[in-house]
Amino acid sequence: MEEKNKFVKEVAEKKYEYGFTTDIQTEIIEKGLNEDVVRLISSKKEEPEWMLEFRLKAFRHWLTMKQPEWGHLKMPEIDYQGISYYADPTKGKKDGPKSLDEIDPELMKTFDKLGIPLEERLALSGTAVDAVMDSVSVKTTFKEKLSERGIIFCSISEAVREYPDLVKQYLGTVVPYRDNYFAALNSAVFSDGSFVYIPKGVRCPMELSTYFRINARNTGQFERTLIVCDDGGYVSYLEGCTAPMRDENQLHAAIVEIVVNENAEVKYSTVQNWYPGDAEGKGGVLNLVTKRGHLRGANSKLSWTQVETGSAITWKYPSCVLSGDNSQAEFYSVAVTNNYQQADTGTKMIHLGKNTKSTIISKGISAGKSQNSYRGLVRVAPGADGARNYSSCDSLLLGSTCGAHTFPYMDVHNDTAIVEHEATTSKISEEQLFYCNQRGIPTEEAVGLIVNGYAKDVINKLPMEFAVEAQKLLNVSLEGTVG
Amino acid sequence: MMLEIKDLHASINDKEILKGINLTVNPGEIHALMGQNGAGKSTLSNVLVGNPAYEVTSGSITFNGKDLLAMKPEERAHEGLFLSFQQPVEIPGVSMVNFMRAAINARRQYLGQEPMSAGDFLKMMREKRKIVELDSKLANRSVNEGFSGGEKKRNEIFQMAMLEPTLSILDETDSGLDVDALRIVAEGFNKLRTPETSALVITHYQRLLDYLKPDIVHVLLNGRIVKTGGPELALEIENKGFDWIKAELEA
Repeated sequence: MEEKNKFVKEVAEKKYEYGFTTDIQTEIIEKGLNEDVVRLISSKKEEPEWMLEFRLKAFRHWLTMKQPEWGHLKMPEIDYQGISYYADPTKGKKDGPKSLDEIDPELMKTFDKLGIPLEERLALSGTAVDAVMDSVSVKTTFKEKLSERGIIFCSISEAVREYPDLVKQYLGTVVPYRDNYFAALNSAVFSDGSFVYIPKGVRCPMELSTYFRINARNTGQFERTLIVCDDGGYVSYLEGCTAPMRDENQLHAAIVEIVVNENAEVKYSTVQNWYPGDAEGKGGVLNLVTKRGHLRGANSKLSWTQVETGSAITWKYPSCVLSGDNSQAEFYSVAVTNNYQQADTGTKMIHLGKNTKSTIISKGISAGKSQNSYRGLVRVAPGADGARNYSSCDSLLLGSTCGAHTFPYMDVHNDTAIVEHEATTSKISEEQLFYCNQRGIPTEEAVGLIVNGYAKDVINKLPMEFAVEAQKLLNVSLEGTVG
Repeated sequence: MMLEIKDLHASINDKEILKGINLTVNPGEIHALMGQNGAGKSTLSNVLVGNPAYEVTSGSITFNGKDLLAMKPEERAHEGLFLSFQQPVEIPGVSMVNFMRAAINARRQYLGQEPMSAGDFLKMMREKRKIVELDSKLANRSVNEGFSGGEKKRNEIFQMAMLEPTLSILDETDSGLDVDALRIVAEGFNKLRTPETSALVITHYQRLLDYLKPDIVHVLLNGRIVKTGGPELALEIENKGFDWIKAELEA
């Protein structure tokens, strides 16, 4: 009987390809959160005193805060004392492994299986990767090659030790620890993530990418990424993520900060494929993320592109503060929810500089019993003469038991600003599906065609290899939703 | 024979529309199906292609020796059945190229063939487009989106040209077409004819039949075929309407 159940379970869960676990000796600190834990994390990472102070200030502030409840989400109660805040699959080797020979073969195999080879000769052409599992960066590829141009690409832990002045100058300046509950928590216990510095006038010759993997049980992952693109620089950065299938929720509370200086341009793309939970809504990652970019310099550009298919709960609003005159910001998003997934996602565009321009294209796709909300804010400050925003928020419903919601907020304090908002809600009709069937296209494939067609304005913004991946992902996420 | 319908009964929303249809179509034949609104013409075409909104309550349909009613709609398409819809639906966001490519490759997969290469496929699109004088911009537009009534009908015949069906059903393909568009559509259809391909043409008007020259004409009344004849029957209906047939039946 048990065997049979196991088989049924396997078949039911087959759709999530990345649900395997890696059996590897992992150093996990005791569950619970207090000042000692914060100190322990800092000492494990051999951080300087100022970093520990930063963490402790954040932690003390977090204690005074309450978890936000304004999202259109039914959030399970998170037991912050019931999880471990640090898990190291490299067994806590000092400085991490020095060469590939030292990396545990199990780890290498894991990333191979995820399609992220860590040997440079096998790597996707033109992409450098920082591979993070649980709380530790396992390996960053092409570091040397990039450093020839003065580009720094390494784990944030390494950056704190090797480039303290740069980190100190920028960390917490875009997302201060007081920003929100999860930002304070992350600032106290953040584990690993990437650090990118593009010097003045340098175009990064390859895509930079960080791949996040949660493996250990009952741990939280607190990713922290900082990207600084100096005057006239350019970088395209990609982020991917997966996790094993587990019955309990896993916490992922991240912060990404981006600084864009004069005439610089940053493109940040995410394909978020955390484990979404099973068909009954059991398990799945709680993805509670603060992402923000500061367009500091004149004529700077920043675009966020996200394809969100995973996580039980997504609470995420990649935002832009447009300080520099003539700066331009874009947000392109496809969020798919199926079964019992919930997403409350969108963006904030804060126009401070003159002639600043922002574009928001959001496509929500809901199926099953899921809830999908767009939440966005466009604010134009009194001094932002000639600011422009165009927002378009579309929802596509598959079936009649899911929900789509739009919460657009506008806060305009300048008469010369032009702010436009469009929204549509549509459904895939029986007539459309039958038309496809009559031409020989089976229903599942027809849904895929229609969904990909609906999302293509966003998918087209992704770098080529990611776009193909994202397309496949959309189809898989919606398998079995119609017919 | 290609198609054999025996004592077919079908209903929609529990209302019986088809009340015992018998019809045989041989390879190479063109059959016209005429009748007043509500007689069951569109119901018959929908039942043939397996529209799930319609329920077959009894009877049988054999297509090239196979049980058509046991097949899914897409399998019927793969087996060579095509419907030119009366009101083609718009599918925003899906380009004609991607749509046709999915359709052709689904068919090829069904037949155990490799997918068609992008080059061959685009070449085929170009050639077939000429048959109905459809311009190249079509390929980049979404399926039927923003197409005029005439363009939609031409697009249907274009898809027919791409899929090369053995039995095509034209459901009021002439409705809403001006004289020139009608000529283009009808001549396009005629170019695609072979001695092996057949068609079932549903229409109210002689003007389409002037082009298509049916071999056999049927009159459908109240869910049954009540009269069958040669091309002259269509001309008689054009002149006298349907009342004389009703009177004949009552006599």
